[in-house]
Amino acid sequence: MKGFGRYGIWVFSAMAFVFLLIPIVYTVAFSFNDARRTNIIWRGFTLDNWFGVCDSQNVCAAFGNSVLIGVVATVLATTLGTMIALALVRYRFRFRNATTLLIFLPMATPEVVLGAGLAAQFLQAGVPKGLATIILAHTLFCISFVVVTVRSRVAGLDPALEEAGRDLYGSPQQVFWRITFPMLLPGIVAAALLSFALSFDDFIITNFNRGAEVTFPSYVYTAAARGIPAEANVIASAVFFLAIALVLIAQLTAAARRRQLARAG
Amino acid sequence: MAFTAFSSSTAATEPVVRRKSRAALFLLLPGIFYLILFFVTPLISLVITSLQAPDPLVFGRFVNALNWQNYAAVIELYGEQSVRSAGYAALATLFALLIGFPLAYFIGITLRPYPLLQSLALVLVIAPFFISFLLRTLAWKQIFSTEGPVSGILSSLGVLGPGQAITGTAFSVIFGLTYNFIPFMTLPIYATLASLDLRLLEAGNDLYGSPATTFRTVTLPLSTAGVLAGTLLTFIPAAGDYINASREFLGSADTTMIGNVIETNFLVLQNFPAAASLSLLLMAAILVLVALYVKRSGTEDLL
Amino acid sequence: MTNHDVPQGGFAEAGADLELVGLTKRFPGFTAVEELDLTIPAGSFFALLGPSGCGKTTTLRLIAGLEEPTAGRILIGGKDVTTTKAYQRPVNTVFQSYALFPHMSILDNVAFGLKRRGIKNAEALAHEALALVELDHVGRRKPTQLSGGQQQRVALARAIVNRPALLLLDEPLGALDLKLRRQMQIELKDIQDEVGLTFLHVTHDQEEAMTMADTVAVMNKGRIEQMGPPQELYELPRTSFVAKFLGQSNLFSGEVTSVSRAAMVIDAAGTKIEVPLARAQRHTGHITVGVRPEKVSLHGAAPEASAGRNVMGPGRITDVSFSGVSTQYEVTVPVFGALTVFAQNTSISSMHRDGDEVWLSWAVDHAFGLADDADSAGSPRFDADFDTSMIAVQSRKNLEAELEGA
Repeated sequence: MKGFGRYGIWVFSAMAFVFLLIPIVYTVAFSFNDARRTNIIWRGFTLDNWFGVCDSQNVCAAFGNSVLIGVVATVLATTLGTMIALALVRYRFRFRNATTLLIFLPMATPEVVLGAGLAAQFLQAGVPKGLATIILAHTLFCISFVVVTVRSRVAGLDPALEEAGRDLYGSPQQVFWRITFPMLLPGIVAAALLSFALSFDDFIITNFNRGAEVTFPSYVYTAAARGIPAEANVIASAVFFLAIALVLIAQLTAAARRRQLARAG
Repeated sequence: MAFTAFSSSTAATEPVVRRKSRAALFLLLPGIFYLILFFVTPLISLVITSLQAPDPLVFGRFVNALNWQNYAAVIELYGEQSVRSAGYAALATLFALLIGFPLAYFIGITLRPYPLLQSLALVLVIAPFFISFLLRTLAWKQIFSTEGPVSGILSSLGVLGPGQAITGTAFSVIFGLTYNFIPFMTLPIYATLASLDLRLLEAGNDLYGSPATTFRTVTLPLSTAGVLAGTLLTFIPAAGDYINASREFLGSADTTMIGNVIETNFLVLQNFPAAASLSLLLMAAILVLVALYVKRSGTEDLL
Repeated sequence: MTNHDVPQGGFAEAGADLELVGLTKRFPGFTAVEELDLTIPAGSFFALLGPSGCGKTTTLRLIAGLEEPTAGRILIGGKDVTTTKAYQRPVNTVFQSYALFPHMSILDNVAFGLKRRGIKNAEALAHEALALVELDHVGRRKPTQLSGGQQQRVALARAIVNRPALLLLDEPLGALDLKLRRQMQIELKDIQDEVGLTFLHVTHDQEEAMTMADTVAVMNKGRIEQMGPPQELYELPRTSFVAKFLGQSNLFSGEVTSVSRAAMVIDAAGTKIEVPLARAQRHTGHITVGVRPEKVSLHGAAPEASAGRNVMGPGRITDVSFSGVSTQYEVTVPVFGALTVFAQNTSISSMHRDGDEVWLSWAVDHAFGLADDADSAGSPRFDADFDTSMIAVQSRKNLEAELEGA
């Protein structure tokens, strides 16, 4: 067992990765299933689901809703969250501890509590549940994640760069938009992507606050009782591949840039 | 805390000099106002709702009151589910730790000489997030269903009795919870281990520590922060989860968790006071845990 | 849990000989250490000196067991330890970054190695070691609460407390400011005398090496160029690398024109330079000879020729640098170019000025003859096993160097 120590962890990790990927493989595989009503038993391979994804069932409408909600919530959350992150890192103000706690708590609150709370409030305020309430709810829980992501990026900025900008006659606005903001952009983009992903995949909070509107996850949940149509698998698989492709491209370009810098040295 | 794994930069090592300025207020107010409006007020709403009493005139309606009995009633009625939720969440956290720690060690330390492999491994860990949470859980349900392959194998091996199903049991619910939260456990631990100075491990070896001893005396203590963060990030959502335990997915009537109860009360029974009081009790329990964490690490570390 | 591969109590090889036989370490793309043969006698303070990239740190890591050699053997006290792991070897390292365990107190840090070996009164011994470096009063603190100098002393105590056969120091004084460094140099030497262990000190600071070590080995490109007591290395360098890396030298190349019983004369571009045979590595052909700057005297007028002295000049002073104890003069002499002369400041005002015409002279007994030619010192020692982009970068660098030199 001498080599076990060194190779054991490789074997274990390989198994863990396979384990993590099983449901993904399953979902993608069954998007090609020649299913009729219920997509539970494998009947045969077909591309029909992929080509006619929007034909029957209302998957595409639900998907469209999710995208719309995601985009709006992301824009709102990213804007508000970035501003908070900048303030947290750069400025002194009173009630810092309370503010930090306030930003942290939504992340620590179970989704049922958040969902129920918002629903209760909308109920009391007499606001009808619909697309707007979903967007408001999603923006809420995304803000905290945006703050966390952008904050670490702001903290990592070299203050000397902005000082150089001021030294070279830049006004505060110019320094911010021409120096600070471009350097923050990768962090802001990461926060926006995270926010969109969270919004798109959210079910529990949405379920409490959607009224009659249908988002992609709520569609899946409702359909789960009688059998999810293969078209839902198609959409999920398409989103998955798109996301993976984006992430891989980002990682590979970063790696290529690193190698380029190493060679030039 | 946990989320530095998501961003691509490292935090500054020098202390940041903070300015005092009006700009801070301008930057903070919109977001804080939003949080107060849509987080704090709903919580207050919940409190109010939890104290409501049934309207004596109209069945199914509630009026504002100070009906503290709601809490007592709810604890008595759903005590079992609460204990079960805590139990499931604790087990899921434990299993996620057993799987997630070696995985984080592999990516953060073993793969450190190979940055490209490291990036790819991280992508693999986050990959499950890109498929809808519901579909992931559903996939397991169908894999474990009585018509599926796993059932077949276990039946023929004699492990599964006739008519016995894997789904709808505590096992399948905990399995689902563990699976869904492995990334939440792995990433914070990875973030801590990735910044571990390998020279400390060399020093341990130099000072007569075998690989196992060095792991126990050096690596493990230095990864506590990550383990703690991962545990919180796993236990809290797991305790309130109701998808895994619901009948359409991996659960059954025997595996109801507190989240299911809250959902049922709110959306089906429309017993808002009960749902609200349960939510607040759950929230209180979690706040206790968070308070213990803050006491240990302080608020600066939270974000 | 104790480490049973390591004996409790003292090491049999305490203060033992270290022997490296044909030690080689190859990395993909370059060779760090090539066929290294070295013997360090027990109880001595040995310095491994060289520029960055010369392989000295790799050698240290090979001895510590943190790297595996590609070829060769390592023997401690006569025992072959080449295949034993780091945690089984009776060797301890003081790391350049100190590598103190941040989650343990100072006392626990120092006691760590003892506990792993199962030694009973570990804490008491740790206190003793801390007392040796005068830090017993901070035993309860954590490493981050100490200054750089204090951390360095803790790192030393942590290694010494184990009384290893060999103590390795990897540029431990690099992060300290000048005054503290000087202080620590003296302290380290004192401690080594007191404890009687064999110290192997790796550094690029030649003054440090010469001050502290009994024996210095100068390393270049994976090999040892010369080894010996500091004074011998300084006064009688054998290769041009040692002559130029250790202190400064004025070098002259020429053909040997005559050899007498005790000395020989070379003709360097018209000037005759005499070198004692005992201080020259080669006695025929085209050789390079040199003299240390502090051995050269400056004269305002041409000195009379006398037996036993070499004379050169006239030249012109092109730079004067005052550095407290001495003044460094740059004298430009036709054909030879810029020569360096150190003159001790025995008077308050500068003895010569920029632009003065001067003659140089030095005792024949102070000259030394090198084994290699100064010109050939730049040729590569190893075959280039680079990939194509590295070759392109290398060619570009060579071209630039050529253009600059022209």
